[in-house]
Amino acid sequence: MNILVSFLLAILSYSLINNVVLVRFYGICSFVGVGNKIKSAFFMGLAVSFVIILATLICYPIYYYVLVPAGIGFLDTLTYILVIASLVQVVGLFIKKYSPSLYRSLGIYLPLITTNCAVLGVVSENTASNLDFLSSLANGIGTSLGFLIVITLFAAIRVRLESASTPKAFKGIPIALIVASIMAMAFMGLGGLGN
Amino acid sequence: MEKKEYKSTFISGIIKENPLFVSLLGFCPALAVTKSLEAALGMGVLFTFVLFFSNLLISLLRKLIPEEIKIPCYIIIIASFVTVVKLLCEAYLPELYSTLGVFISLIVVNCIVLGRAEAFSSKNGPVLSMLDALGNGLGYTLAICLIALIREVLGTGMLTFGTTFTFIANANGGVPFKLYLLKGENYGFAFSFFTNPAGAFLVVAIILAILTSIRNKKENKKKVDAKIAKMKGENK
Repeated sequence: MNILVSFLLAILSYSLINNVVLVRFYGICSFVGVGNKIKSAFFMGLAVSFVIILATLICYPIYYYVLVPAGIGFLDTLTYILVIASLVQVVGLFIKKYSPSLYRSLGIYLPLITTNCAVLGVVSENTASNLDFLSSLANGIGTSLGFLIVITLFAAIRVRLESASTPKAFKGIPIALIVASIMAMAFMGLGGLGN
Repeated sequence: MEKKEYKSTFISGIIKENPLFVSLLGFCPALAVTKSLEAALGMGVLFTFVLFFSNLLISLLRKLIPEEIKIPCYIIIIASFVTVVKLLCEAYLPELYSTLGVFISLIVVNCIVLGRAEAFSSKNGPVLSMLDALGNGLGYTLAICLIALIREVLGTGMLTFGTTFTFIANANGGVPFKLYLLKGENYGFAFSFFTNPAGAFLVVAIILAILTSIRNKKENKKKVDAKIAKMKGENK
């Protein structure tokens, strides 16, 4: 029971208090780049979440049962990026086979997940801070949940921004970053939740 | 002619095609490691190192790498150099290593490195690729140092040297060298807001807006000048 509670608390902490985009700054490129379509932002978030959780599950045993016993723990980054790239390929093929319509709507975003720093960031963070398997899994689930929440909210705000009268110099990326700044302030307010 | 091409390749990465402010690539480290000027400078140096060697190697191998699997090949080359940099940094600058943390590994997925490999060094010779890497690396370093300078001065009221590069502290008698700017004995104008994540987003947004407005003004002036020239031509 105690393990379950601490597991859920860890997920909450990784998703809201240490939010992946707004506090830990992973995945800003896709966050800014995905634009103002709520639906595609949501599916992009889902695809990234799927890859993050799978990568966490696969990289943990690879690091502790293959790389460390072989004495080549320093090759972690190289191994992780290969695992992530192949995972993205597999996920792409899988979606293409079972849901061609979803594949078409995700289209360009799918290969970009490889270079999304949220995936590599979470996996590297897990081994860099020596987390055990359950905490790694909590980090994976929490991070992907946080990414999904923030990217969907952000797309929804940007739909409204389209019709707002923004100063000319702030159009596009600058106003998006200002919105991100205000969102980060809101998430800072959740900082006391952990205690 | 050739000399001119070398020079323009080097210069364009710094200002005209600055990877961060103009191409809008590589935001993650630009926001995450810019809490202090020293960390940003360290990140810029490591980044330039990786970009330089991966650009050089990719340009040398550009005729050997098959077209179909070029992206995986680039990623492996980049990841190898990141590993080299990570080990060197851990050995010689352990404080910098612990400050930057995961973000050293994340150079692998920095879109600028892969972008330069794809757009430049896979099509050009090694000398031009090296110059391109140096120009882009310098441009990126200057950009993140500018963000870090603003954030550190506004956020803490001073510039601290020696917490990350310990050799500066050693030369200063074992304590970090502090340059007080917005803070003194009786006054202090620092907002810790700017060292927070929200402050990072705000600073980058305002810098980008200023740059956009300068660019808009220049374009407007060009248009007006062209119109005046045209009207003069008609009057004749």
